[in-house]
Amino acid sequence: MKTATEVPVADDGHKGWIPLLELATREVFEMMLGSQLSAAQDITEANLDITSMVGLAGQLCGMLSLRCTQKLAALMASKMLGTDPDAMGPELADACGEVCNMVAGNFKNKISGLNDGCMLSVPTVVTGKDYNLRSLADYPALEVQLALEGRPIIVTLEIHS
Amino acid sequence: MNSIRALIVDDSTVMRKIVERSLGQAGIKLTEVFEAGNGAEALAVLQENRVDLVLCDINMPVMDGLEFIKQLASVENAKGVPVVMITTEGSESHVVQALSSGARGYIRKPFTLEQIRERVIPILAGQS
Repeated sequence: MKTATEVPVADDGHKGWIPLLELATREVFEMMLGSQLSAAQDITEANLDITSMVGLAGQLCGMLSLRCTQKLAALMASKMLGTDPDAMGPELADACGEVCNMVAGNFKNKISGLNDGCMLSVPTVVTGKDYNLRSLADYPALEVQLALEGRPIIVTLEIHS
Repeated sequence: MNSIRALIVDDSTVMRKIVERSLGQAGIKLTEVFEAGNGAEALAVLQENRVDLVLCDINMPVMDGLEFIKQLASVENAKGVPVVMITTEGSESHVVQALSSGARGYIRKPFTLEQIRERVIPILAGQS
């Protein structure tokens, strides 16, 4: 795992953090799922029917979310548990929440000075597609689009302050 | 190294299974594994059972990992049992707080098998 990197809080809406968000996500999948993520573009968001969220509070306030399909969530859970993806039950949401939690923790550990001053909430997981999420973010969301075995994952960081 | 009895404390069932599997993959033989979803459940498990190692998350509902370590001293069965924290909270203040409260080691999630080997095996072998 790479160590903390000095990233200035710039006036560009923290766009400099996008590579760190991507790295934090890739590392979690490599270390905990034994899987390499590939780049993805033009993901059809309407198909993503499971969302896990972790809140950040303190020096950095906001929310990190991870969206994918329930099929991919089952694949993630099966890779974490070493079991059959078709046999997944409640572990599916648990696995998604934990992955989101680890991405958030790994991300904040990479930003110098943030680690001690930022706390994470326990994860929340929403299933289904028919909902609106309204954020009170002060900056444009930072988004990373990746794929696991061709199935898309979107990681988004909404920054409040 | 002898086979051990371990208690894994994490509010995520998936994470408890990953930690158990990782201990095995790191070469640590397990005779028996107890699980608890928070610090209070872990204290209850330790009232009834003797273990050789506790692996504990920090952020948990009901009773978090730091409070669990503080209360561990009052459990007769748990005296001298090493506790290793495994958590996404990697802040220096959490590490200092955990170690000063009696934790013997600290592992950040996500973790590698090498980190499990480096930080857990010496503790079990009495080297740390």
